[in-house]
Parts: sequence; C-alpha cells; structure tokens
Amino acid sequence: MAITYAVLLFLIFYSFQPTLSLYEDQVGLTDWHQQYIGKVKQAVFHTHKTGRKRVVVSTEDNVIATLDLRHGEIFWRHVLGHNDVVDGIDIALGKYVITLSSEGRILRAWNLPDGQMVWESSLHGPKHSKSLLLMTNVIIEKDNVVVIFSNGRLHAVSCIDGEVLWNKDFEAESLEVQKVIQPPGSNFVYVVGFAASSQFEMYQINATNGELLKHESEAFSGRFSGEVSLVSSETLVALDSTGLILLRISFHEGKISIQQTPISDLVEDSPGPAVIIPSSIMGLFTIKINAVTIFIRVIGKGKLEVVEKANHETAVGDALSLSEGQQAFALVQHAGRDIHLTVKLAHDWGGDLLKESIKMDQQRGLVHKVFINNYVRTDGSYGFRALIVMEDHSLLLLQQGTIVWSREDGLASIIDVTTSELPVERAGVSVAKVELNLFEWLKGHMLKLKGTLMLATPEDIAAIQYMRLKSSEKSKMTRDHNGFRKLLIALTRAGKLFALHTGDGRIVWSRLLQSLHKSEACQHPIGLNLSPWQVPHHHALDENPSVLVVGRCGPSSDALGILSFIDSYTGKELSSSRLVHSVAQVIPLPYTDSTEQRLHLLIDADKHAHLYPETPEAISIFRREFSNIYWYSVEDENGIIKGYALKSKCNGNVDDKFCFDARELWSIVLPSESEKIIATVTRKMNEAVHTQAKLIAADQDVMYKYVSRNLLFVATVAPKASGEIGSVTPEESWLVVYLIDTVTGCVLHRMTHHGSQGPVEAVFSENWVVYHYFNLRAHRYEMSVIEIYDQSRADNKDVWKLVVGKHNLTSPISSYSRSEVVTKSQSYFFTHSLKAIAVTSTAKGITSKQLLMGTIGDQVLALDKRFLDPRRSVNPTQAEREEGIIPLTDSLPIIPQSYITHNIRVEGLRGIITVAAKLESTTLVFAHGLDLFFTHFAPSRTYDSLTEDFSCALLLITIVALVAAIFVTWLLSQRKELQDKWR
Amino acid sequence: MEKGKGVMGSGRRWAVDFSDNSTAPSSRDIPDPPGFTRASVDQDDSTVSRQKKDAESNWKAQKAWEVAQAPFKNLLMMGFMMWMAGNTVHLFSIGITFSALWQPISALQGVGKVFDPYKDSKVELLGPKLLFIALNLGGLALGVWKLNTLGLLPTHASDWVSSLPPAQEVEYSGGGIPL
Repeated sequence: MAITYAVLLFLIFYSFQPTLSLYEDQVGLTDWHQQYIGKVKQAVFHTHKTGRKRVVVSTEDNVIATLDLRHGEIFWRHVLGHNDVVDGIDIALGKYVITLSSEGRILRAWNLPDGQMVWESSLHGPKHSKSLLLMTNVIIEKDNVVVIFSNGRLHAVSCIDGEVLWNKDFEAESLEVQKVIQPPGSNFVYVVGFAASSQFEMYQINATNGELLKHESEAFSGRFSGEVSLVSSETLVALDSTGLILLRISFHEGKISIQQTPISDLVEDSPGPAVIIPSSIMGLFTIKINAVTIFIRVIGKGKLEVVEKANHETAVGDALSLSEGQQAFALVQHAGRDIHLTVKLAHDWGGDLLKESIKMDQQRGLVHKVFINNYVRTDGSYGFRALIVMEDHSLLLLQQGTIVWSREDGLASIIDVTTSELPVERAGVSVAKVELNLFEWLKGHMLKLKGTLMLATPEDIAAIQYMRLKSSEKSKMTRDHNGFRKLLIALTRAGKLFALHTGDGRIVWSRLLQSLHKSEACQHPIGLNLSPWQVPHHHALDENPSVLVVGRCGPSSDALGILSFIDSYTGKELSSSRLVHSVAQVIPLPYTDSTEQRLHLLIDADKHAHLYPETPEAISIFRREFSNIYWYSVEDENGIIKGYALKSKCNGNVDDKFCFDARELWSIVLPSESEKIIATVTRKMNEAVHTQAKLIAADQDVMYKYVSRNLLFVATVAPKASGEIGSVTPEESWLVVYLIDTVTGCVLHRMTHHGSQGPVEAVFSENWVVYHYFNLRAHRYEMSVIEIYDQSRADNKDVWKLVVGKHNLTSPISSYSRSEVVTKSQSYFFTHSLKAIAVTSTAKGITSKQLLMGTIGDQVLALDKRFLDPRRSVNPTQAEREEGIIPLTDSLPIIPQSYITHNIRVEGLRGIITVAAKLESTTLVFAHGLDLFFTHFAPSRTYDSLTEDFSCALLLITIVALVAAIFVTWLLSQRKELQDKWR
Repeated sequence: MEKGKGVMGSGRRWAVDFSDNSTAPSSRDIPDPPGFTRASVDQDDSTVSRQKKDAESNWKAQKAWEVAQAPFKNLLMMGFMMWMAGNTVHLFSIGITFSALWQPISALQGVGKVFDPYKDSKVELLGPKLLFIALNLGGLALGVWKLNTLGLLPTHASDWVSSLPPAQEVEYSGGGIPL
C-alpha cells in the first residue's frame, strides 16, 4: 500500500512538473547558434602589436565588434540599442576602442582586448548636426585628446577617462560643418563647413584649449551640395548643387580660394550630374557619373586631371598612411566572375603596390566597401590585406590573392522565413557525407553502453559526446521519419535567399535574387514576403518544392511589384516577373491547383486583387470559391479597418482575366482622437487544431471553442500614449482590444484596460489570444489572455444524439450564421518586457501549448499555456486541480530552467518561428535577430519517442541475456528430471 | 507420480473390507457388543434412504441459500472498499473497481458450477440461483456505478465530442496591414 502511494505520488509529480531544462551534455545536440554582426559600415584594423591581430568594426545594425583577422571569429561584440546608431569608431592609445553614437550624443571607450566599457561621456550641443570623430595626436596634461564635432558643438575629450576638456559652440544658424581636420604636426584643428549652402566657412581652433584662432568665410555664387572630399590637409573638393561644376576650395594659411572647374572640361561627353564619393586621399578624389567612376588627380596650382575612367562597378577604399608620408588606397573592380583588387599610391597612379585577381562567388554580388591594412613582409616590402563588404552584406578578408575567411552577415537581417521539406530518401542513393558502416555503428553502441554502465573512461566520454554532437544522422540531406530535418529558407534585407539545414545550421545554398537586383527600371528593390509556392506531396520524388518571393521596386506602397519563384532544393530561380501593379498585400489562399501550386491573391494599392498563378485552372478553382473569398486591410495610420469582397473583373484593363475589383463590405472606423492601432495579430494559417471542444472535467461539461481562421485581434491605445512608457499618466492612457470577424466585420469582443499602454506583443492560436502590455498604475508589465467560445453550439449536450451522430458540430459553418460567443479573460503581472512572442505548434495540435517569449535579454523563455488560463482561481476545487488548473497568482512565474535558449543570447532578437515536426510531441523553434538560434522543443516532453540517451544496446543485451538464461535453466531442469527418473 | 505405480500395481498382498454390513446372524462369529441393537439397521431400506435423502436435500437447500446469499457480504465489503478508494482515478481505485467488476462477472459465469454440489431432483435451486444472480448483478451495478463516478464511462457529452475536429469554414478571409 505504501509502495503504491509512493509510486502514485512519484507519477503525479513527474507528470505535473514537466522538466524542460536540459543537461549540460545535451547542449548542442539539437540546437545550434550562429552569431552575426550585420553589414559593416566602418572598420579599423589593429595589427601593430604582437598580440592577436584584430579588426574593429561598426555595422548598420548598431553593432560594435572586434573580429579575429585569422579566422573571422568574433572576439567580443556589443549590440547598441536600435536608436543608438554608431556614427564613428576609432582606436585610441592602442588599447581603447572609441565609439561615437546616438547622433553624436554618446561617446564610449571600450577596452580593446576584452570589450569591457572603460568610460562613457554624454555630449550635448545646441542643435542637430553631422557627427564627426577625429583622433588627434594633441596631448593636454598627458591626456591624449579626441575631438568630436556633434550637435553644433566641438568637444575635446580625454581618451583616458572621457572627461570633456573643453568645448566650443558653433551657433551660426545655418552652418553645416563638413569636416574637422588636423594638419599633421600641428596643434590646431580646422573646422570647415557651409553656411546657408552658399558660403564657405573656416574656423581654426587651438586644439589644446579650444580657443578660436581664426575665422574666415568666402561666399560662392552658386550653392554647395552634400559631400566633400579632402585632397590635402588644407584643400577640399566639393560639387555645386547642379552636379556639373567641381569646386576646389583651398584655405591655406587662412586664405580661402574657391576655384571652379566644369566637369565637361575634364570629361568629354559627360552625360549627367556627378556625385562626389567622400574620401580623404592626398591629391586624388573620385566622382561618379551614372555608373562610371572617374578618378581625378589634383596637381599643384589647382589643376585637375582625369587619371582613369572605370566603366565597371568600382569600390574605392579610404587612404591608408604608409611610412614617410606616403598614402595608399585600394580599389576593387569587377570583371566578370573575378574581382580585381588594386592598391595604389596616392601620388603615383601608375605604380600599383598590389594587383590581385580573386575569383568571387556570383551570389555575393558587388563589392560595396573596401578597407585595407598593411603589413611588412619578410623582404621588407609592403603586403596588404583587404576587408571587403559585399552587396549581400557578407564580409570577406582577402590576402595574397585568396579569400582567407568570409562571414555571411546578411543573415543578421532576416525579413521573412519559411520552411521546406528535404528530398525523400531514395534507395541506392547515398546522400550522407559519411555513411556509418556496421562496425562503426556497433562501436558507437558499445561506447554508449559503457557510458550507461558507468564503465567509460574520460576519453570514452569525450568520444561519446563528440559522436552525439557530430552525428551524421542529423545533417543528412534527406527527409527523416520524425520530420526534424528541414530547410529553413530565409530572405534577408540584402535580397539574398539562404537555405539553412535545421540539423546543423549550415548554409545549403544561397542566392542573391537577380529580380531583387538594382536595375534601371527598379532603382531600390526590396524583398517583402516569402511564402511556400508549391509543396508536392503526390510527386514528392520527382518534383521539387518551390517558394515565392514578393518584392517591390522601392519603399513607397505604389511601387511596382516583383515576383520570383525559387526551387527550394537547389536555390535556382525558376522564373521571375516584374508586375504591372503594386503589391500592398499577399494573401495565400487555402486552395491548390493540380500541380499543388498554392493560389495567391495579391492586392495592389488601388484595391484590385490579382490572382496567381496565372493559369486557366487557377481561375476555374478561384471562380468556384469566388463568393467565399474576402479580404480586409488595416489602415493603421488613420485607424480604419475595412473588409472587402471580390466583385468582378477589373474595368480598366479588359484583357487581364486575373484581375478583380473589390467591393467594400464593411468598415470599422476607430475614433482617431481616442484610439490608435498599434498591433494586429491573426492565427497562423497552417495551424493544426485537434478538437473543437474544451472539456471541463470539474463538472463533466463541454464548451465549444470558437475556432475560426477569420478572427483578427486588434489593439489600440490612446494617441497620447503611443509613445514611450511613462510619457503619460494612467488617467489619460488606455488600451482597447478587439476581436473582429474579418468576413462580416462583426466585433465579437471589446475590452478596455484603463491605465495601460503599449507596446503590445500578441499571439493568436486556436481560440485564444495572449497579449503583453504595460500597466501604468501597477508600474508593471501585464499579460492577458482572452479565450473565445461558441455559445450557439453549447446546447449540443444530449449524449444519445452525440452517440448516434445526430449533431451539427462537424457541418461547415459560415461567419454569417453565428455571432453568439462567450469570452473569458484574465490578466497577470509579468516581469519581463518582450521583444517577440510565439506559440508552439505541433503536427496534429494534440500536445499542450507553450508560449515562447523573446525577452528583453534576448533569450527565449517557454511558459506553459496553463498559466494563462482564464479558469484559474485562487482556490481551485479538487476536480479542477486534477484537471491541471493552477491556483491563481497575481504574477506569472519565470522558471529559470525553461529558458529554451539555455545560456545563449540571441542578440537583437526580432522573431520566433515555430514549425511542427512530424513527431507530435516536438516543435522546431527558430529564433532570429542578429543571431540565429534553432532548437527542438517538446512542450510536454517527448512522450512519443525514446530519449536520445536511451541505450538500444543495453536493451538488446538484456533481452539476449534473458533468453539465454531461460534456455540454460530449461536445459538444467531437463537434465535434473532425467537424473531423477534414473534413480 | 510415476513412482508409486510400480509398487502398487504389482498386486495386493492383503486387504480389509470395511463394507461388511451383512445382517445375517449366521455369518457373525462374534456376538454384538452389549447395548448394540441391530434392529435400527434392520429397518426397512426404503424408509431409511428416503429419510436420509430428505435430510440431505434439506441440508442442500439450506446450503444453496447460504451460497446464494454469500455475495451479499462481498457486496458490503466491496462497498466499503470503494468508499475507501475515493473518487479519483489512480492505481488503487482502478484496481478495486475492476475487481468489483470482475468478481460478479466470474461468479455469474460459474453459476452452474457453484450450485452443482446442491443439484438434486428434490431441491428447488431456482430461488437461490436467482438470488445469487441478483446479488451479483447488484455487485456488477455497484462496480459500474463506481466506474462512472470515476468518470471512466462515456456518459457525458464531453466524452463524445472530445475528438471532434473543428468544423470547416465556408468563408476565407486574409489580409492585414499593407506591407
């Protein structure tokens, strides 16, 4: 009896406290983590010391990082906030990395070896301006000084402790400072800029105390435009606003002279206005006219001379000071599949220090930036290494004509992700890189067995761990039985498509989409959306799935659309098309044609619907469902939600059979003075729901879930409260949530949270929505849950009718027929602020759900949905407890073991994607931001499979031993019996 | 068991016949012990056997009623056990409930066998049998009732709709905030 109870208690505890954490040796078995930094904006090499050679970079994703020059690994990395844009970086005293960020307001110093912050200064100024960082060699009281111009004020800051030594305001109204220059060997700086776009201003300032030494200005008849190039420490080159006249501005010894040279004098048949490429190479500058790059040399006495016109795509790096006042710079030119890296001396165009040709992967696109660094070879000559940033945001180090390393930093800016199945395993085709033979298999199992029996030596344990981590099983290129192996297809901001293998995270293929490439017709193409286009089930062996990429030619909503169809297995662009209409929305329809291509409806800016694929079959399927297809649009800036039905063919162009007019059915106009839409969320289209009934075990009751794909959750806040948390008082702030049926426009539920404020993160699944917001009264974050039930089918309670099947629970339902719903909701406090929220999804939807929350600390935290159950009460009855209802507490617990990212941070977390595996218990979780993280997650533990550390060998051996023992004892008893008979 | 056969099967060496109840005085060499009258034995055979049979059948009928009432005690015991087990589903209560179900069923299966020893042309076994069956059915009913209180019988609507997939929707609507 006592034993029975003990067993029972054990079972109860075992089942009610799902342990989601993992053991130390399980890290890396199913999860992988990749770190990226984003597109590099600026790079500073640090190779002087004998220590490890490194490069400090700042990126467009506001990351400051140091990379190992040998392998490209990250030594350390800091991700600044999204509004803390890095303006400039440099290295001071050979041990500090100085960064200027946040529009020149924050100056920080980081310790170069380990990335610890040494000091931080905040710099303020009277007005907004360009931010410039200049490292000087001026020393004030043994302190090295860094001079910063930001917000209309010049600051001199000590490198040692960040103390502002002096500052000087430039209050002149329209002064736009372009450069801060320190001539070599002097102890003053020039601050030069344009005032009112037509006057050149020069200030000479003593760098030791900030005293104004000289101020000169010179008016110019025309107007200056934008950027300037420095061609000597006292000479600038600029363009006038027409882009046709070059201006050489010299301010030697305080005397300003502006010399104008029409570009047509230098370049015959110059087709259009030029753009200056800012640089600071002595005696040389670069302009660009359309796609032609022109290098112009400044010869003494103000003469300009064109040295080269390059028709190919060319990237020019900044100057690098070699010894004895020589300057070198790099330029990279494309020639077919190769790139040519040339390092030239600034004063000698003809003499190339280095000329290398490197074969470049076509999928990396053009070179955008180049940074060079020199080293002294053993024979005393200069060698150069070049860091190049490509169009796809990848970063490569070139040295001695080869690519030393490359980083796929485009993956730091994923726009959209979808998944694809892998090819089916075919007999006789070996797809694994290394197939295990029987002997190795046996050896592996013997090792495992030794581990289980605790007979393994430390070396054996290491071998077991290595075997587990490097299992070829998980990185095979075929489908597996459990559905763990898939392809994650990611579209990045650079317009590149990556396919990552879920087993080990390696890149299977990558493709820079030609259709999202900049061209004459399409100046600023951007990728918008990625969706599965064709998923063959019937012909899975001989047909490849494909994905659809939707993009458009520019940021405005009426720019023309682009479609591209990509083979999921090979990355080949099957076809692409420039659309004649814009793309405002992409709606995948729940219908497929006979080749299993999914029908898509693209809505343009004029509210016309366009059907794809453009085939007669698609149109016949579409015609059949014509009256049942609706769409809606949320116009968040003017607070209107509108629902549309399809009407007829477009009037404008009669020949387009695939274009349909829309008819406005309903609209919900939110009062703009009191509500502003801040979040909308719907259910995932492919979510599997196992049952429509919610059982209430306590009183043997049943409630019917209102499971509908056409529900929209909308959260609005008071317009005043749409800013930062704490910018309004609780009295003038409220959060209103709506549940709207998007077919009829019926508001099914509306609730107001007084004294609450956004940002709202929400997730919608089955019949519930969970959302996260800030409660101003309680000064805490809160999470609420709304569950919605269908009351109109609640009277289906007659057992006999149900037994004989006389009920209408499975008959198709229409949104027009019902509106009787009941909602239940509850709110809880929650400690973290969230960056993203998602919910687990499994193949059949049987497994209980867990919420996955991307916390502010860039981790993913799992929380059982049972904690967000509106039926929770302070004292649940015995029956309710048995059902698994947790007693109500005012805040949601954070269980440290349920961080599914364990000790890893997914820096800059932006999205969490869950994909169902074939195994019902398991869901695949992919979190992306700057970093990528992938893991398997079992919300109710893996109840349907043996754990990975289950020893098959031990089981087999036990069985064999048992069979042998039975046989031996049988033999023995036979013998004994025979002996007895003979007696 | 084979051992004994060899010894016993070889032949009988001597024997005592205890069944000698011949009443002929001539065959007796030994006088009767004092106080022993052979008259009682010498009575009419048929009356003796009838009396004997009556007594036996009375006894059998009595026994049969006793056997028929036996499940009642069992029933009480079962009831007590069930009360002890409580209404939650766990190993103990399930065990009790299933034994409560199994016992009457097995008893009902062996109704004939139970009353076999008391089979007699004179004994009316229908009554005891009916009582026995009724009591066992009562036990069975108790078991089923217990099963139901444990919630293991599909007697509620919830048991029939728990795996109904959600109904299909006629309309489809998509969209959202313009990209």
